[in-house]
Amino acid sequence: MSHSTVPRSRAEADMTATPAASGDATGSRDRRRAARPSLRLRFGRDRVLLLMTLPAVVLLLLFNYLPILGNIVAFEDYDPYVSDNGVVSILHSPWVGLANFQQIFQDSAFWNAMWNTLVLFVLQLVLYFPVPILLALLINSVVRPRVRAVAQAVLYLPHFFSWVLVVAVFQQLLGGAGLFSQLMRQHGFDGLDIMTDPDTFKFLVTAQSVWKDAGWGIIVFLAALASVSPDLYEAAAMDGAGRRRRMWHVTLPALRPVIALLLVLRVGDALTVGFEQILLQRDAVGPGASEVLDTFVWWNGVRNQDFGYAAAAGLVKGVVSIGLVLAANKVAHLMGEQGVYRK
Amino acid sequence: MTAVLGRPADPAADPVVDRPRRWAAPPRPAWEEKPGGAGLAGKSLVLTLACLGVLFPLWIVLVTSLSSRKTIDEAGGLVMVPKGITFVAYRELLSGGQVTRAALVSIVVTLVGTVFSMTVSVLCAYGLSRSGSLGHRWILMVLMATMFFSAGLIPTYLLVQSLGLTDTYLALILPSAVSVFNILVLRGFFMGISPELTDSARIDGAGDIRILWQIVMPLSRAVLAVITLFYAVGYWSAWFNASLYLNEQDMMPLQNVMIQLVQKQEAPVGLGQAIKTGELSGLAVQMAVMVMALLPVAVLSPFVQKHFRKGMLTGAVKG
Repeated sequence: MSHSTVPRSRAEADMTATPAASGDATGSRDRRRAARPSLRLRFGRDRVLLLMTLPAVVLLLLFNYLPILGNIVAFEDYDPYVSDNGVVSILHSPWVGLANFQQIFQDSAFWNAMWNTLVLFVLQLVLYFPVPILLALLINSVVRPRVRAVAQAVLYLPHFFSWVLVVAVFQQLLGGAGLFSQLMRQHGFDGLDIMTDPDTFKFLVTAQSVWKDAGWGIIVFLAALASVSPDLYEAAAMDGAGRRRRMWHVTLPALRPVIALLLVLRVGDALTVGFEQILLQRDAVGPGASEVLDTFVWWNGVRNQDFGYAAAAGLVKGVVSIGLVLAANKVAHLMGEQGVYRK
Repeated sequence: MTAVLGRPADPAADPVVDRPRRWAAPPRPAWEEKPGGAGLAGKSLVLTLACLGVLFPLWIVLVTSLSSRKTIDEAGGLVMVPKGITFVAYRELLSGGQVTRAALVSIVVTLVGTVFSMTVSVLCAYGLSRSGSLGHRWILMVLMATMFFSAGLIPTYLLVQSLGLTDTYLALILPSAVSVFNILVLRGFFMGISPELTDSARIDGAGDIRILWQIVMPLSRAVLAVITLFYAVGYWSAWFNASLYLNEQDMMPLQNVMIQLVQKQEAPVGLGQAIKTGELSGLAVQMAVMVMALLPVAVLSPFVQKHFRKGMLTGAVKG
């Protein structure tokens, strides 16, 4: 997911200084602004650069900004059959105000999806989030360069597999006809179908996430560990700190800002839990255990063609998500971390 | 955890050791304790288990795809130990028909999409990398804002439909062609290239395009490789857009065909006969499709691996 990125800011530039950031320092910006040539001159000078950014900007405006207006269908009784063209249909569909939202908040399926989403978020926070940190500490403690390289190559690998593949692999191993079931049956136990068991579904999803992405999550922590000055360890050792105390007083403080940042991002993303992954397994488990907000929107909109209703649910999710990002960032500020952006 | 810390702290630049010593540990600073036997054993065990946890399922999939029907029946399903390797499943899948077509679709979409995405992203990243250029701060804000919100599935779906992209391959490429994250990573690298270099080229009369092509891009080969891989993997792994915007079964890319094969336990069109006559196990066919889906990624990513950290660091930690 591309959410793990943060705006450039001076404090972040200071955190791990590379030459890339130095051009943006605030002080030099003010000075440059004072000596700025006229707008016309600058346009003439930079027109090629502007032209270069154009394709990307147009694509983003078209596919990321323009659809925001389309959320208007959340306030309509959208009828896809008014015309062949979605936009024309939007203009001609009857306006219903907040009726869709009222209906959503009375819909037990919606609250079920909300509950599943939150449970999954908490599970992933507890069972998934610490894994990359621990793995990174482990890999970082491996001294032999070759062992490190091989371990990293292996652990990064599943990140590049599609969810289809990951789900398929899990099904072949843990499904009713899978390897694990076979082994149990061969040894006189009942076969076990973990893939279709609603009770354990949320743990299954979390396990899949760990398998796929925990290895990849190491990178950020390894980078933070690599930027710790060895002098700190040496000084700590001189002062009599053993291995454990060095870990506690040098290593963990170095990871703190990254952990805080990733936690904020994670909380901001709380309502987005594994859309593709869960959609792929929704049929096998049933919506009761597996429906999350994203699949709820997909089911009502794409499958049942109830576009207004689904868009309203999506809009609720989007608004709550933005609130969560802001709140999480506020908490990070209060804790003295810099969070995703600064005030 | 008994971490051995304080070794030279830049693993990004793993020291190039002489070949015979590559597996050996580099010398330890005088103040650092030797690791204890128990700690070392525990560490090795956890690391080995983690790696096996990743590799074991892939091994099973690979071996089963290469097994004959007899071996698979004897094993009662998935095969763990290779015996009597056969390529029947692959031969059947690649001899024309549904899977061959799906693989071709995936390859073409991945190639075209990656070239398109890279062109747009590199141009945009360079355009934004000259600090002090007109409006680059505004454009950057417009770009980055999209990382905090999404318009939602339904409006995007309606838009793509209105643009007439349904049932065209453009629907698999255009809506997710640009990743702002990737642009920011590229931009970070381009900004790290020393301005003296580009300035001197400018004095010699090179324009922006020439500077980008002949100076900036050759200097950023590593990050270009990483971002190309990211885009290519994105296109190769994508199935959701196809399931949304394509209705024609013939147009489906490999991942979507794989869902049908593996989840619904269907035999691929045209293969039913070979399975019925008993030459071929349906399981081997499923596994072979899975191998086809994972192979390009598994082969390519280790080559780019050593550049990952640098790329992700600029992107994720610094933005």
